Amino acid sequence: MQSMPMLPATTSHPDRLVALRGVGKTFPSGTLALAGFDLEVRAGEFVSLLGPSGCGKSTALRIIAGLSEPTQGAVEWSPTTAQVQSESRIGFVFQEPTLMPWTNVFNNVLLPLKLKGAAADKAAARVTAALDRVGLQKFSRAYPRELSGGMRMRVSIARALVTQPALLLMDEPFAALDEITRFKLNNDLLQLWQALRTTVVFVTHSVFESVYLSSRVVVMAARPGRVFTELAIDAPYPREGNFRTSADYAAFCRRASEALAQAMAAGGEP
Amino acid sequence: MTPRSSTRERRDRVLRIALPIVVLALGLALWELAVRIENIPPYVLPGPGLILQTLVADWALLFQSLLVTLATTFEGFLLAAVGGVGLAVLFNQSRLVEYSLYPYAVILQVTPIVAIAPLLLIYLPQHAAVLACAWIVAFFPVLANTTLGLNSVDRNLADLFALYGASRGRVLWNLKLPSALPYILGGLRIAGGLSLIGAVVAEIAAGSAGAGSGLAYRIAESGYRLNIPRMFAALLLLSVAGIIIFYVLSLINYLALRRWHESALEAER
Repeated sequence: MQSMPMLPATTSHPDRLVALRGVGKTFPSGTLALAGFDLEVRAGEFVSLLGPSGCGKSTALRIIAGLSEPTQGAVEWSPTTAQVQSESRIGFVFQEPTLMPWTNVFNNVLLPLKLKGAAADKAAARVTAALDRVGLQKFSRAYPRELSGGMRMRVSIARALVTQPALLLMDEPFAALDEITRFKLNNDLLQLWQALRTTVVFVTHSVFESVYLSSRVVVMAARPGRVFTELAIDAPYPREGNFRTSADYAAFCRRASEALAQAMAAGGEP
Repeated sequence: MTPRSSTRERRDRVLRIALPIVVLALGLALWELAVRIENIPPYVLPGPGLILQTLVADWALLFQSLLVTLATTFEGFLLAAVGGVGLAVLFNQSRLVEYSLYPYAVILQVTPIVAIAPLLLIYLPQHAAVLACAWIVAFFPVLANTTLGLNSVDRNLADLFALYGASRGRVLWNLKLPSALPYILGGLRIAGGLSLIGAVVAEIAAGSAGAGSGLAYRIAESGYRLNIPRMFAALLLLSVAGIIIFYVLSLINYLALRRWHESALEAER
């Protein structure tokens, strides 16, 4: 078995945005979702959490978002971004588009600003800008039911971006989409990430997706959920269709697949 | 859409309207025929023709009574809607209130209204008693449905509201109530028919106590006088009123949900 390059988890990077230190999560049912989970997210990077289902990657994301409290360890925000969480400068994209079906696209994207009490005229301009960014400006009056799955996910992304978050958290956002739509949204997401210079933490169980998108892939093992190893994907951006067919991409995918296989062997039996 | 399937659909639509009318016409014809051939006296069973004549002849009286019953029904329905939704929201916001009051809401619902009506007539002025009956019968489906709706919120949407620090009021107004709307409207559709039943039951109970001028009272009164054709005519008006209430509420339901809810979407989508 080939050994993986293991980065020391305690390295403190100057650009650190948020760090999870020895985070553990035990659910009231007794299920141990995470144990000794260490992760540093640096400003501007695109990091993927890759692992088999049940390895606690979604739980880790929810803990970063503040939607779930760790039972052990701590979440540390860097001093400059300490306000991030309290100001909700976090965007969250769920696996489902999670739109309000009873109102139109515009009002769905407006929701975060409305809940934050933003002034109506400024908010409207920002909603229009966010819809522009995902190419849905013509659909602001449409209802979610009238859109395709891919378009609904774009609305969900626009909603997450409308507050101009420092950190965008994405929980398997494209898992339910067909491959053609997924590839398209992968490219669009990379463009948005580069244009907005935001930081993304992306949860996925797809080796190919994680390698294509990320500057860093964190491979997780299950039972209990923990970081197994991580890979730097130091291929240059912008990445486009030809990166998918490149030898570099194939090599990174092979390494990520091997790491995932080892992680699954190291994880307990399901 | 192929032309064949569209003609089939059109035929289907015509049949759906035509068949019940044919059945009605056949039934009425048989009824009229039986009454004439057997020479049944009108105080035993009037034929449909005589009932229609009575309806026209007594229209002023019956229509006046219909308005009284409809007013009671409408007031009872409004109270049931406000009370049912209000209680459900209160229960949703406070567990203690829910624990304290919910059993009594169930008791009100399971005790037959026919048995409660005479008691209410003793303790309340007549109009208030009739209204209370309509309310008691109609509010529970609104309460139960609204409660179900308020608890059926998409968990991810609830997380999203939490992420952006939404207040309780915001969550209720912008998330829980819109999520519950299809359920609330379903409850109201049931409540519309039930408040008519509640009003009728109370009027009949009140009628035997003396006063009253609603349609149900007319039925009871005509019964004592063996004016069977007028009983049928009043009954016909009550049915029509029930049907209209149902369709008006269905229309409101459709208009409110057609853009987004599965239940109101066109089949070919």
